[in-house]
Amino acid sequence: MSSSAPKLCVADVSMTFKTPAGAFHALAPVTLSIPQGRFVSLIGPSGCGKSTIFNIIAGLLEPTGGRVLIDGIDATGTIGRVGYMLQKDLLLPWRTVLDNVILGMEIQHVPLRAARERALPLLHRYGLAGFEYLYPSALSGGMRQRAALLRTLLFDTDLILLDEPFGALDAQTKLKMQEWLMQLWSDFGKTVLFVTHDIEEAIYLSDEVHVMGTRPGRIIATIPVPLARPRIRGSVLSGEFLAIKERCLELLHLDPTASDAVNEAA
Amino acid sequence: MTAQDTTPALRARARAMASLHRAQARHQTDTPAGKPVRRLPVQRDWPTWALVAAQIGILVGALSLWEIGARTGWIDAFFWSQPSAIAETMTVFFTTGDAWTDISFTFRSTIIGFLIGTAAGSLLGLSFWWSRNYAAVVQPYVICLESIPKLALAPLIILVFGIGLVSKVAVATALTLVVSTLTAYAGVKALDPDGEKLFYSLGASRLQVFRKLVVPFCLPWIISVLRVNIGLALTGAIVGEFIASQHGLGRAILYAGQTYDIALVWVAVLVLSTLAIVMYAAVSWVESLLRKGVRQ
Repeated sequence: MSSSAPKLCVADVSMTFKTPAGAFHALAPVTLSIPQGRFVSLIGPSGCGKSTIFNIIAGLLEPTGGRVLIDGIDATGTIGRVGYMLQKDLLLPWRTVLDNVILGMEIQHVPLRAARERALPLLHRYGLAGFEYLYPSALSGGMRQRAALLRTLLFDTDLILLDEPFGALDAQTKLKMQEWLMQLWSDFGKTVLFVTHDIEEAIYLSDEVHVMGTRPGRIIATIPVPLARPRIRGSVLSGEFLAIKERCLELLHLDPTASDAVNEAA
Repeated sequence: MTAQDTTPALRARARAMASLHRAQARHQTDTPAGKPVRRLPVQRDWPTWALVAAQIGILVGALSLWEIGARTGWIDAFFWSQPSAIAETMTVFFTTGDAWTDISFTFRSTIIGFLIGTAAGSLLGLSFWWSRNYAAVVQPYVICLESIPKLALAPLIILVFGIGLVSKVAVATALTLVVSTLTAYAGVKALDPDGEKLFYSLGASRLQVFRKLVVPFCLPWIISVLRVNIGLALTGAIVGEFIASQHGLGRAILYAGQTYDIALVWVAVLVLSTLAIVMYAAVSWVESLLRKGVRQ
């Protein structure tokens, strides 16, 4: 946990896909630096390369250019270095919730008994008590996301990537899950990189919001969120919050007064 | 229609229609608006004993008609035999005949062929996951193998493997193998790429992905063909026996037919059907056990 190197450094990472129609620039060189223990969000329109960045950081995609450094060490193209939660919960239907949650440890050859012993208290503490031995089909959407998130956290990496984890949940459940995630984050002290379409969610949860643009995908602005923690729900109505939100909307051309800009861009 | 055209037949029809309308009118009370009131037609279910009685009744009736027809000469007993003769032959077949040898021969070749074909086919189908290039190279051959009517190869298989049990097993295997291969491969193709992504993001090896994701995911597919395969394996075994064999129910049917022992044909077919039903039921039971274990 050296203070000199950031937890994650994405250095000039670019990605070009070859398509029959020619080269497609998915990502212009993108640079990101995230210190240990931060909660950082990426927001942007669809197709801005958020998922591409995640796949590159997770080592599932080899970037065309640039490097990924974790703790200052080159981790480009290596897998198993970060916890990555995809949009879908991807719980295995033939495993109980407990055995789903320990999947990461199991793959890292932690003995099953030890893995289960570690996971059980966490399942109890984080709202899955009584569900340990049920199969995922018996769980609600929110519960499934909880299990998927715990699986990601139990994979013992300091850095976790969350790709729209709450995108498919209803508004009520989403708010609950945000509080739950905040509690997990402050308990575990992990470094989180979070992708969402929901501007309010991004600001409410993050220390820093990166706004992305398309064609090619790039970071167009980095907005710090200086709101005090722990945050309360009411803070989304504060002037400071609204000012940040307005700035994000402007950058994303979602401001109703800037609708002409969208048309021009399209 | 003029008055001259009104033939007696048409007049009769008109009378019938009129009486029908009167009959309907008795059952329908018209609403003030003139619309007939109609109730939902309800079908009452018969009790189980009545259903079973009807089923047994039909069987007994058919057998009685057959027997009576054969005795009065209305049915040619030489070609169709008759129930009493079949019952007699059945007793002989089981007491002094080869019943148990034949049943056990057919049963063994079916089960062994079923097991080999299902296991080897499933493994072959699953193996396509390992390499896209390998799958692309091998796939046309598998499709060719599927389109060949395997039974047409049976004479060749008998020539190669001899007239013993092995050749029957080989025909049964040939029929079941391709079905299992294609079904397991369908499972592999239905695999969610995001599932693999999850495993790789956790640092999994290819072998771990195969064992912990691909195999359990494809098991329901593999299980789903078990019942189809047991029927196919039995067909294969019987056809093998038809071509050349010293034992088996298929051989008994062929032999009886060639010697005009029609009663024995019926007996062997009855025993064969019973064997098929028993094996089908056993496989269905195994399938339900596996499904419970797999939970999909």
